[in-house]
Amino acid sequence: MNRYRILLPVVSLAVLLGLTFWMQPRAMSYFGVNLLFNLAVPIALATVAQMFIIMVNDIDLSIGAFVSLAACVTATWLNDAPLIGLLAMAALILAYAGMGAVIHALELPAIVVTLGMSFVWGGLALFLLPTPGGAAPEWLRAIMKVKPPLVPMAVVAALLIAGVTHLLVIRAGLGTVLRGVGGNPRALTRAGWNVMQLKALAYAGAGLFGVLAGMALVGLTTAADANIALRYTLLSIAGVILGGGEFTGGKVSPVGAVIGALTLTLAASFLSFMRLSPDWQIGAQGAILILVLTARLIFARRGETT
Amino acid sequence: MSLAGMTSKPWIWAWAAAALAFAATLVLTQGRGAGELAYAALSFGAFAAIVGLGQMLVITLGPGNVDLSIPATMTLAATLALKFMGSDPGTALPGLAIALAVGLGVGAANFALIFLLRLPPIIATLAASLIYQSLAIWSNRGLRIKPPTGLAEFATGRFLGLPNVAWVGLALALMVWVLLERSLWGRWLLASGQNLRAARLAGVPVEAVRAATYLAVAVFAALAGYLLASFSGGAALNMGAEYLLMSIAVVVIGGSSIAGGNSNVPGVWGAALFMFLVVSMLNSYGAAAGVRNVLTGTIIIAIVIAASSRRARI
Amino acid sequence: MSGTETGPVVVELTNAAKHFGPVRALDGVSLRVHPGDCVGLVGHNGAGKSTLVNLVNGALAPTGGSVTFPGGTDGVRAVFQELSLCPNLTVAENLRVSHPGLTGLRWRRAARAEIGASLDRVFPDHGIDVDAPVDTLSIAQRQMVEIAIGFAPRAGQARLVILDEPTSALDAGIAEQLLAHVRRFCAAGGAVIFISHMMGEIFSVANRIVVLKDGRSVAERPAAEFTRQGLVDAMGHVVTAAAAAAARAAPGEIVIEAEGLNARRGEIVGLSGLAGHGQAAALARIYLARTSGWRTAGPSRSKQTANAVFVAGDRGRDGVFPLWSILRNVSISVLGRDARAGVVNRRAERTLAEDWRRRIGIRTDNLDNPLLSLSGGNQQKVLFARALASDAEVVIMDDPMRGVDVGTKQDVYAMIRAEAAKGRTFLWYSTETEEVCQCDRVFVFRNGTISAELTGADITEEKILEASFEMQDALPQVVPA
Repeated sequence: MNRYRILLPVVSLAVLLGLTFWMQPRAMSYFGVNLLFNLAVPIALATVAQMFIIMVNDIDLSIGAFVSLAACVTATWLNDAPLIGLLAMAALILAYAGMGAVIHALELPAIVVTLGMSFVWGGLALFLLPTPGGAAPEWLRAIMKVKPPLVPMAVVAALLIAGVTHLLVIRAGLGTVLRGVGGNPRALTRAGWNVMQLKALAYAGAGLFGVLAGMALVGLTTAADANIALRYTLLSIAGVILGGGEFTGGKVSPVGAVIGALTLTLAASFLSFMRLSPDWQIGAQGAILILVLTARLIFARRGETT
Repeated sequence: MSLAGMTSKPWIWAWAAAALAFAATLVLTQGRGAGELAYAALSFGAFAAIVGLGQMLVITLGPGNVDLSIPATMTLAATLALKFMGSDPGTALPGLAIALAVGLGVGAANFALIFLLRLPPIIATLAASLIYQSLAIWSNRGLRIKPPTGLAEFATGRFLGLPNVAWVGLALALMVWVLLERSLWGRWLLASGQNLRAARLAGVPVEAVRAATYLAVAVFAALAGYLLASFSGGAALNMGAEYLLMSIAVVVIGGSSIAGGNSNVPGVWGAALFMFLVVSMLNSYGAAAGVRNVLTGTIIIAIVIAASSRRARI
Repeated sequence: MSGTETGPVVVELTNAAKHFGPVRALDGVSLRVHPGDCVGLVGHNGAGKSTLVNLVNGALAPTGGSVTFPGGTDGVRAVFQELSLCPNLTVAENLRVSHPGLTGLRWRRAARAEIGASLDRVFPDHGIDVDAPVDTLSIAQRQMVEIAIGFAPRAGQARLVILDEPTSALDAGIAEQLLAHVRRFCAAGGAVIFISHMMGEIFSVANRIVVLKDGRSVAERPAAEFTRQGLVDAMGHVVTAAAAAAARAAPGEIVIEAEGLNARRGEIVGLSGLAGHGQAAALARIYLARTSGWRTAGPSRSKQTANAVFVAGDRGRDGVFPLWSILRNVSISVLGRDARAGVVNRRAERTLAEDWRRRIGIRTDNLDNPLLSLSGGNQQKVLFARALASDAEVVIMDDPMRGVDVGTKQDVYAMIRAEAAKGRTFLWYSTETEEVCQCDRVFVFRNGTISAELTGADITEEKILEASFEMQDALPQVVPA
């Protein structure tokens, strides 16, 4: 079963990519691929952020609003006064860690606390940027537009995100312990760990990747508005599950999460290449999500019977 | 009433908060416009209350149960109903039937995904809602169809001084309250939400209860969509968007337990009024949209923390 | 290697006590463990063994007396009966959780080597892949991993390892490997506290045996001074109330045939054996197979579809609706029968609940009080009332007498007997021999399967113990019906 966990997302992405190239051979080029996956970079970062939360058995309904806020901070303070901008980003990450600690210490339902926080993040974003605007810092735009040889930026970025988070969450000792929080928190308490600190750490990880998602998004769009990333909340949850993650038990895969985000992004492009009306783009994402999860169920049932 | 009696009726807090917001607004206007404010709160609160009642039933089923497809269901039901009615007079009732049928279909589809594919409700309703959204976009095609005149007049009209939509919302609240307090099905739902395994072992038909609940929430959302489109002169693709968070917020503020098994019908109405009144209060004090949202979020979290410490004291 | 009364001490309990409210889980126990000691700890369920373990490993603080570690608590480990591994992590990663010293880029390699070596040392030829996630392992393999983590060096050395029923999931060969390792470990100067229901194991490894009874140490002697019979005597015989040999209804036709057991109409059938050997799971499967999640149990059409009710023993998990009043907890299973047009008949509900409050003696002055205001025993009576108030022909009981006082037990026995005489069939799992002796027929479980079927005069504690324990010196005795 553990092998399938990563196999299935990979196969889903490969099938979808193959179909896209078959429908639209011109997409099989440096620029075509970049175009297909460009917007996937911030989504992948947001999905990784959501994964940090799901890893410790919680769920984050505020990540979309949080990424929007980070985007607004990037397009205003980080551009105008980089030091203040960086301090603000650090404060946002700390706020996330605090949210995790409070949720654990008071035994609050994460779904409601993050719901409330989504209003707070959204309000702060509106406060910063009441109307769409701002500007991306030059260096950030340069990074997002860089053209590495052979492989387009979007692919390099996706590989980088997947690699780094894999090291952090799967390979590193502390990441392993964090996954243990999702698996059996009592075992960690028995082994002498402070579960509240660990949860705060997981939330801080989510905050970090949320901030990065906001920055990447502004680097691509060059401007921000307070609602720019609201749909990331649902996309990120779907991406984690599509990538082989589960809501409980600390079973997540960072590489799978990145692939899940790519698959969701590609699903939209694929349908537009099929010259199916753009009306169905969103629906196609839903249908693909259901299809992949059905495939996973069939694999799991096989695993049970053998 | 003793303090213990107060805290055992958590809906009092939502109503007190709503009254406070109402009073704070009137302080500014020196009492003028009280009637208009109350009327507006009842009109707009009705939609939040109707979807909130549905969401409350699902949340009562216990941890992990939530319907994220409410906005898409509202939009789809409204779009299909309006398209069928095509502004023709006399089509209001068949249009209502279409909307309710959409609700039933959506609920059945959601539960099929949850039951047959064993998907977690969050992900099942999320994935399905994307499809409903596309269906709505596809069938709407950017047209803005006006509701039949009679229906629009009903949706914006009043009866005995109260908005008609509020009467609908109140009637539904009464129905849900009776269902929960007096009916067999309500007992089964409350038992399943407290402890699904114990309910199954006590002979409660838990799968049937879950199915009926997911049908109910979708029908409520469909009805809210139908009324909202009639009220605001047509269906819009983003008409349901704010009701996703709203539906969960009114349930929690209303005093229902997010852990399930304990629902609170009066609280949903109180919270729905509060959510409208707090915004209009902040508006009348000249608060910008940003401040409004920050305060709303802070209030939601404060209420959750208060509710959890109340639980701890018992 | 026998422990001496002088010399270094790993842990010393002086008159240690632990009270939970009025309950004296441990009531003043003194114990000294030296390096090289292997202390066998025996006693019936509830004698205080688990409490003692929790005091030594620091999970609980004593309410009286003291627990001291002259050499510090480093190297004191406990291996618990219920598993404390993270199922989503691999074997090697689980070592990381209890060994924070594993850091650096190559921690994974070090973890693999350490846990692999420990597994090889305790269980040669274990065949466990240290990179396999724990949830892909069998229960026995998980237990082996947990034991290996307990004995692993973990940047120091294990000095005292507490093993709480370590062999309950292991087969005889693997268990023998563990016993051999425990003997080697103690010979090399390590100390072990070994808890087991299996006498053979205790005699095989322990150099000293401590017998707990009702929270007190009633005997502590070198193992060589005990005989098996002497040990059983010290633990105290469970009083076997002679089953009322009153006239029993002649058993009718078979109404249950599942999971390798069968029961006839009007019969009280017991399930016995050590806790956790598959009885509860078998009962739940029987119940779930006979009822549906889609409709309520209708009147029985044929004997094979006789409807069933369930009396939970694990109240929190299987029985209680914690937010509700006593009244609603009693009536939930029969609401459907008395409802009219989907509306609860509240008058009938109250009459029924009041009736059962009197009949079964639920101690409350108001049925509208919250269920959780009742004591555990009275909550259990509520669950009995819920089941017996129904019309179900089959009553399935999963160790239903936990926390019920002696007097009430006698009343409930009588009630069960009367209901059986009226033609109801009871399936009754119990960990208490006294209750099992109330049954007409008993199936003894071991490792998830039935190891013996006992009837009539053969239902004795000794015969049940023989069939429950995988003892080298006693073969399970199968008595044909």
